[in-house]
This record gives sequence, C-alpha cells and structure tokens, in this order.
Amino acid sequence: MAMMTDFQFKPPATVLDERAEPARDITCPVSEAEAWEEGMVIRNLSAWYGSFQAIRDVNLLVGPKRVTAVIGPSGCGKSTLIRCLNRMHEVAPKARVAGQVYLRTEDIYGRGVDPVLVRRRVGMVFQKPNPFPTMSVFDNVAAGLRLNSLFSRRSHLADIVEQGLRRAALWDEVKDKLNRPATELSGGQQQRLCIARALAIEPEVILMDEPCSALDPVATLKIEDLMRDLSASYAIVIVTHNMQQAARVADCTAVMMMAEDRAGEMVEFGATSDVFTNPRDKRTEDYITGRFG
Amino acid sequence: MARTLLERNLAGVQEEMLVMADMVEGAIQRSITALKNRDVELARQLIADDARINRKRYDTEERCIELIATQQPLAGDLRTIVAVLHMNVDLERMGDHAEGIAKIVVMLADEPPLKPYVDLPRMADIASEMLRDAIEAFKRRDADLARSAMNRDDEVDALYDQVYRELLTYMLNDPRTIERATRLLWVAHNLERIADRVTNVCERVAYLVTGKMEELNVSKY
Repeated sequence: MAMMTDFQFKPPATVLDERAEPARDITCPVSEAEAWEEGMVIRNLSAWYGSFQAIRDVNLLVGPKRVTAVIGPSGCGKSTLIRCLNRMHEVAPKARVAGQVYLRTEDIYGRGVDPVLVRRRVGMVFQKPNPFPTMSVFDNVAAGLRLNSLFSRRSHLADIVEQGLRRAALWDEVKDKLNRPATELSGGQQQRLCIARALAIEPEVILMDEPCSALDPVATLKIEDLMRDLSASYAIVIVTHNMQQAARVADCTAVMMMAEDRAGEMVEFGATSDVFTNPRDKRTEDYITGRFG
Repeated sequence: MARTLLERNLAGVQEEMLVMADMVEGAIQRSITALKNRDVELARQLIADDARINRKRYDTEERCIELIATQQPLAGDLRTIVAVLHMNVDLERMGDHAEGIAKIVVMLADEPPLKPYVDLPRMADIASEMLRDAIEAFKRRDADLARSAMNRDDEVDALYDQVYRELLTYMLNDPRTIERATRLLWVAHNLERIADRVTNVCERVAYLVTGKMEELNVSKY
C-alpha cells in the first residue's frame, strides 16, 4: 500500500522552466513620485493642428515597469497624445504643443532639448509594421545603432542585434535568415522586428500606437505576451481601440473622450481592473459598455 | 442605443432570477404551512417542485455564461451578471432548505405534535421578508435597503437560540421527545440557513451597486 510519504509532489513544468518569470504584482495606481523619478509625468498638455485643438489639458502619469493603455472613441486624440510623448507631433504641419511632458524629471519640451535624443529615449512602434524595406532583418535592428554610433565593433553590434531580437521574442524565428529582406517576414514577425529595432537603442519608454490592429489574432496574442514581458523592464504606453486588449495587457488605463468642440480630454485614469469593473465616470461606463453613441 | 442584444439578454437573466426568487419565497412559506398543518401532501408537492428550482438555477447559469462568452460585458453589466450568478446559487440553496423542511414534515407525519409552533413560523416570516426586501433592493439597485434587510438576520439567529434552548429542555425532561425535538431543531437550522443565504444576496446587491466587495454585517452570533 502506498504511504503518504511515498507521494512525490512534482511541480508543473512551467515552474521548472528557467525562462518563466515569477508573476509580477504590478498594479495601478502609480504614484506621482514614482512617475516623476522613473517614468513620465504629463501636465496640462494641449496640442493643436493649426487652429484645431486636438487635445486639451491632459494630465497623466506613466509609471515605470507598467503597461499604460489609452483608450477612447475614434478622434478623441489618443494618437495625438502619444505622439506628443516623443515629440513626433511637431513633425506634422502647423502642429504645436503647450504644457509639460517630463521624462525622468526632464521636460522634453524644455529649451535646448534635442527632439532626436528624446525619440531615442522614448521609442515608438506604429500601427502598420514598418521595417525598412530595403534592409535585411539584421540591418533593420542595427539601423538605429549605426546611426547613433552606439557600438564599438562589429561583434558588439551582432550581440546587441541578437539581444534585441531575443527580447522581442523573434530570435529563434529569424536567426537563420538575418540577411534576408525584412519584408519576407510575416506581419506579426515584422511588428516584432520593429519592436526589436526600438529596443536595440535602449529606450526608457516604449510607445505603441495600435500595434496589433493590422495583425491576425495569433500574432496579436504574441505581441501582447511580449508587451507583458517587456513591461518588466520598460514603461510601455499603448493606444488601442480594442478594449479587451487593454483589459488583457494594461496595468493602468486612461480614458479619453471628445468634448463638444472636438478637443480630446482625459476623463478617467486608474487601475485597469477598476476602470473595467467599476469606472468612476459615467462617460467611461457608457463607452466601455458600448452604450456610447 | 447600441447593444440591444446585450440589453435584452441582461434583462432576461435578471427576470429569470426574479422568477426564481418568487418560487423560493413560495417554497419557504409552503414548507411552514405544511409543518403547522401537518400537511404531508403539501410537503410531498414541495419536494417534487424543488426540481424546478434546481433546473431554473442551471438554466439561468447557462445563459449568464453564454452572455459573458459572447458579449464580453464590462463594468456595471459584468457586475450584474456576476451578481445574478451568485444570487442564483444562494436562491437554489434556499430552495433546498425549504425542501429539507418539507422532508421533515413527512418524517413527523405519524408523530403527535410536540408543541404549538410559534417561533418557527416567526423565523420563516422574517426570512421571507428579508428575501422580499433583498429582491426589491436588487430591482431598485438600492444598497441601503440591502443593508437594512440583512440586519434582520440577528433576529432570526436569536429565535434559533430560543428554539434550541426550548427543544433542549424538552429533550432533557423527556427522552421520548428526542426524535421529534431533533427533527424540529433541523427545521430551525434550515430556516436559520435560509436567512444566512439572504444576507449573501444582500451583499451581492451592495456589490452590484457600489462595485465594492464588503462584508456588510458581522453577526452578533
């Protein structure tokens, strides 16, 4: 007869898997001190395209090592907001900004701040995967490093590229075709390549503007898993139309709405679980339950 | 307004739950009527009818799960469905307790009555009133009414203590009463558990309204 002492507990394989990281207990809210020291603090941010005000008096905390989602109906200024966080907004004709955006205590719109350096520290991944079409997989990841001379010798460059591809969960799929054109990859792989490209120059914050809307469901889930993994090291801000995606991946969720004059305003910000189970603002409740409009 | 299908289905599951609450309240009252009148026929009918309550629970549960899977409800809608799912279980268990009382009526059929029933019907009345108020609180989304409904649980607990002491006295004085007294103690226990289940319902209503899970009333007993 088997004795109690004969039984050997065998932990499930995932616990023994060295790659598996312990679950992180990161939840909102994020304190202003934390966002100030290690993340981003957005204060009274407004942005215009010519005379049209796209966003008005937005206040937001982007916490380190968290995923912050920005949701809201079409045209409420989500993409404008996110493009203000790495000074991409000013690339648009007649665009201007008022207010402050602090990255680890520095106002990125301060006098003398180089926007190119800001964009290195605050990387961006766009809706449509956009690898450089004439470059190989390797050269795509290396592009930013070469441009900024961020490596000492070729072997160092190769190491950084491999590291970027591994962090983007793409290395195993492309290690045998690093010299192939990036456009030969699938949509989901191209998007992860763009993430690797952003990671290679060691940003502090990664912005993602609807990174999965052009991808199939399987590729989408891979990107979402990657986001969760990356949030262990980076602050990630994601704009998404997909509320279920925001609910799945984000620690904090910010809700934007269009005012009567069509300027976007922040109406709610908090822990994702709170926003999706017990929102404070009726506009949030109406939007996420589909009663909006 | 968008999401008419969700609205319709949400209204549907809530309606089903209200029908079930009505069936359960009826079962509680009928069980005590059967006890007072020693009506075995009524008791047997009640036992058979419990199957309908059980079926309704599973039907409603299936509809709720389907709603979650197909409509991805959030915020207030999600809390409503979760509340209905939990309240469904509590109602079905109340039905089981009423059925338990009916089974005891059948067991006591050939025994002479031990004493006039005063406290047991009183417990049943309070439990029924609590249930009615809890359901009204659900319909009106009234957290205050839910809280005041569950505060009456202490009255039921106090009556249970009283019944217990009285029946104990009977048993100590005359061992021939032990079997009847024990069965009546089970009736009291079933009624006390019904009231406890109603307090769960009240907590769910408060959660539905406020979005906060909290223990509303720590019993003195």
